[in-house]
Amino acid sequence: MLNDETNKTTEQVEQSSQPAYVQQDHSKTVNKILLLVGGMFCFAFALVPLYDVFCAVTGINGKTNTEAAVYEAVDVDETRTITVDFIARTNSGMPWEFTAQTKKVDVHPGKMTEVAFYVRNPTGRDIIAQAVPSVTPGTASLYLNKTECFCFQHQPLKAGEEAIMPMVFYIDPQLPENITFFTLQYTLYDITESAQEDAVEVVMN
Amino acid sequence: MSFINVTSVGGKHIGSVSVKFRNFISSLSLFFVACSSFAADVVDTGRSDLNLRPGVTEISNQVYDLHMLMFYICVGIAVVVFGAMFYSMVVHRKSKGAKPANFHENLTVEVVWTVIPFVILIFMAVPAAYTLIDMEDASKPDMTVLVTGSQWKWNYSYRDYDVEYFSSLATQSEQINNTLPKGENYLLEVDRPLVIPTGKKVRFLITSDDVIHSWWVPDFAIKKDANPGFINEAWANVIEPGVYRGQCAELCGKDHGFMPVVVIAKEPAEFDKWIAEQEEITRTAKAEEQRLLSMNMSMDELMTQGKSVYESVCAACHMPNGEGLPGVFPALKGSKMALEDIPGHIDIIVNGSPGTSMASFAKQLTMSEIAAVVTYERNAWGNNTGDMVQAKDVNAIMNGKE
Amino acid sequence: MTTTTDTNNVADAHEEHGHDDHHHHAPAGLTRWLFTTNHKDIGTLYLWFAFIMFLVGGAMAMVIRAELFQPGLQIVEPHFFNQMTTVHGLIMVFGAVMPAFTGLANWLVPMMIGAPDMALPRMNNWSFWILPFAFLILLASLFMEGGGPAFGWTFYAPLSTTYSGDSTALFVFSVHIMGISSIMGAINVIVTIFNMRAPGMTYMKMPLFVWTWLITAFLLIAVMPVLAAAVTMVLTDKFFGTDFFNAAGGGDPVLFQHIFWFFGHPEVYIMILPAFGIISQIVPTFSRKKLFGYASMVYATASIALLSFIVWAHHMFTTGMPVAYEMFFMFATMLISVPTGVKVFNWVATMWRGSLSFEIPMMFAIAFIVLFTIGGLSGLMLAIVPVDFQYHDTYFVVAHFHYVLVTGAVFSIMAAVYYWLPKWTGKMFDITLAKWHFWCSLVSVNLLFFPMHFVGLAGMPRRIPDYALQFADFNKWISVGGFAFGLSQLIFLALLIKACRHQGEPVSSQVWDGAEGLEWEIPSPAPYHTFETPPVVK
Repeated sequence: MLNDETNKTTEQVEQSSQPAYVQQDHSKTVNKILLLVGGMFCFAFALVPLYDVFCAVTGINGKTNTEAAVYEAVDVDETRTITVDFIARTNSGMPWEFTAQTKKVDVHPGKMTEVAFYVRNPTGRDIIAQAVPSVTPGTASLYLNKTECFCFQHQPLKAGEEAIMPMVFYIDPQLPENITFFTLQYTLYDITESAQEDAVEVVMN
Repeated sequence: MSFINVTSVGGKHIGSVSVKFRNFISSLSLFFVACSSFAADVVDTGRSDLNLRPGVTEISNQVYDLHMLMFYICVGIAVVVFGAMFYSMVVHRKSKGAKPANFHENLTVEVVWTVIPFVILIFMAVPAAYTLIDMEDASKPDMTVLVTGSQWKWNYSYRDYDVEYFSSLATQSEQINNTLPKGENYLLEVDRPLVIPTGKKVRFLITSDDVIHSWWVPDFAIKKDANPGFINEAWANVIEPGVYRGQCAELCGKDHGFMPVVVIAKEPAEFDKWIAEQEEITRTAKAEEQRLLSMNMSMDELMTQGKSVYESVCAACHMPNGEGLPGVFPALKGSKMALEDIPGHIDIIVNGSPGTSMASFAKQLTMSEIAAVVTYERNAWGNNTGDMVQAKDVNAIMNGKE
Repeated sequence: MTTTTDTNNVADAHEEHGHDDHHHHAPAGLTRWLFTTNHKDIGTLYLWFAFIMFLVGGAMAMVIRAELFQPGLQIVEPHFFNQMTTVHGLIMVFGAVMPAFTGLANWLVPMMIGAPDMALPRMNNWSFWILPFAFLILLASLFMEGGGPAFGWTFYAPLSTTYSGDSTALFVFSVHIMGISSIMGAINVIVTIFNMRAPGMTYMKMPLFVWTWLITAFLLIAVMPVLAAAVTMVLTDKFFGTDFFNAAGGGDPVLFQHIFWFFGHPEVYIMILPAFGIISQIVPTFSRKKLFGYASMVYATASIALLSFIVWAHHMFTTGMPVAYEMFFMFATMLISVPTGVKVFNWVATMWRGSLSFEIPMMFAIAFIVLFTIGGLSGLMLAIVPVDFQYHDTYFVVAHFHYVLVTGAVFSIMAAVYYWLPKWTGKMFDITLAKWHFWCSLVSVNLLFFPMHFVGLAGMPRRIPDYALQFADFNKWISVGGFAFGLSQLIFLALLIKACRHQGEPVSSQVWDGAEGLEWEIPSPAPYHTFETPPVVK
């Protein structure tokens, strides 16, 4: 690499008329690198909303729409029947009774369907719940359009209260041919504490 | 000035190379011997000590075949590459008088050994892709089971039948603590295994109640993470009846190594009989619980049942002596909750403590069991409150009528 | 280590620089080491720190292997066992391997490019000294009530957020400091290489070690900030009520894994690229032949680095990804084996028809080539999704990464130390001790990690303190191998202490017949200040 001869000697390195090393100003280079560092740090935080967008577009984590979809008049595809399975779960520590009144439903893509979920707060205190939906296979979530869902908002129930929560949806006829069956799970969480903190903030604003 | 060529000092050079070479060859041969015993070394249910098992589904057999293909290709690559290198180490040694050649690049050779590996990769990728596509289609199942992981047990809920139960490690703690000899299925046995029929497509819906777990049955080649708040799916069509054991495969806390998965596959007729029995048990259990609500248990009955529940369910964290693990799991011995606050004590077992490892046990324990264990905790280890809690007290808390 | 030549240098320095106001008192004692801005001193500090951390992390591994020696719980509680596996991983990754490579970079990069020191010497001092501070914090957390971090070095949420103890805060703080240290070190390396090469030292004349470190430094710049963000999100989810990874609040625990592994995968290449550079320096020397395919080696390293950004989800195949994405990550991961293979072939081609001799550095280098390749091949197997479902989170994975990290990265570091130690000290190290170190390590490391392939395939999961009976025999041998490997490192310690005491035969500048490069043109031991006048590179 230094020169082409393979016979090496161990003489001192040629100290020619080269000037001594002069201190350089590295600040331009350093600043450019620091920008890259800062950029990557911000990029990592940007990954949070980016992930949500990516999942919303590709459905990879099975999350459904968080806002009500608007029903667009589409042709109901009578040739296909899709089976939708509903699971209603309460997370550990959530004392409500939560059941799907319809466990399974066969629908044609494009047709509006309504199912209902029963909830009851058996305890002696008021509780606010959040339902978190999840679909498997994940990609099916892209084609599940909910026009009305209790998962869009917090759901409060006073002590001893019970309710029927409807969920209205239709399946986009664009659903890939190979999907004929999917499961929608709702997990109910007790978010009374954090919801109250948010409510206080809202009031104070 | 040339420097001391260390390798010629003491004339040890040749000896050390031969030893090194011999060592490599003998390790290689050991390796191949081990490889060739793969097929031979099968124990019990086709389980090997050295290798993946073919398993009992079509998919698991495909996976095994893919694994063996990959393995042989990798061994082939290693033999060729190391062979060349070892040859060079023997033949191109300075001590043998080898003079170094001058070449240090060759475009043709470099292109060849970039393209050939690429082609080999394609031979691996194609069968892998086909197997993957086969594995991931969980539609049109004959039966569905909801599998919920929690710290540190599994819950199985049959979607098509009214049967649901928890499945916890059944190995006695004395075996783990080396005071009793270990059984054959040490750490791979549970109190209530999952039972499924053979010859049917069974779909598993997998989720978690707290942290990420992973449900793994090697004989089915199924491993799927249990993510809290999300649901995953997997499926199996088991060919052979038998008992299949797996483990949790994602670090989930203290007892990650102590929450096995046991699945029993029965012939469909046997399965139907079993599930009918289970549904009957569920019905009578509900009736039994209602009956117990109106009864009062004696202190002795409460303490006996309570101790048994405590030791199998609570002692893992709160310790058999009630002292817990400081900073991690609170002590019950001498605690304010156990000495004073009865409603709070019942509530924390029924509803858990959100944001901590204390889960809700309302689904896992009956009201009488909860009443018994609360009574036990309030009277054991010198707590001696004399309090007796009955099933109806638990019922009151659960239904908000304290 | 290089105290004797300082007074010579003082005279030279005054003649050549005429820096009248610049004191060249031979620094000594604690002050020298605390305030040094000299790249050789800082390199030495990093290397000793890394070795000490290697022994500390190794002691934790001994605890793990002692518990796993037999089925049953004999020595530690499961919660403490989880702390050991967690802190062992953190120490080895951030306290041993990375600082060791940084120490080598500090010692060698300036000399190899003909520069007098690193570009930013004072920042260099800070980069090092915050490390012991960070690790003291991490180790201290083990003594907190509730114990230290116990969620694996990968700290997945929500185990690390909702279900962890208060020590998580110290863990986060400690990781932040380690990250800052790495980033500062990387900045220094990049600026030094960009701006301070001697005249004539074009990019394609730089030694491979410099190239691999340049590329590694860019990887560090790109991904350490991502780790910082991930760890910050864990902190806020745990203590400040955010819901990044909490499903109840609209978050997703799998998001954590994406962010972590986006850092995590390039991180493992950060831990191996410098190793590739070291081997590329050593093999040509002892083959007495130039490195085969210098340009391809550079391009292959760059390809590996670029590819490392698009494979992260191969750590997440069981999380429930749709098939299309699993396919993509499978193919991308498999692709990395092509440039890596090219490198292995090039090393073998360098040896081919060379004039080989087998000094200690070469023995470690050859062991690296064989054993790292085994690790790489098991990595290729892991890339295949359907089979990964069986391998994931088992000891097969543990075997894979220990092969690439211990018999890969750590062996390369040992090779590097043996190769350059005579340059640093001016004396040949004790060859008998070195041979004992090599052979004991080689045999024990394989006894330790090879059987892990078998138990993993047979069904033993990772991160468990106790196991089913069918895994008992192999675990016993693995533990024996572990203890033996640990003890073997004491031989290395003895050798290093002897070397530090200036014991051994004096060596010339070139040290090894066949060594080429600027660092072999200067005296051994290397003077405190070198290349204050840049050399001319033809």
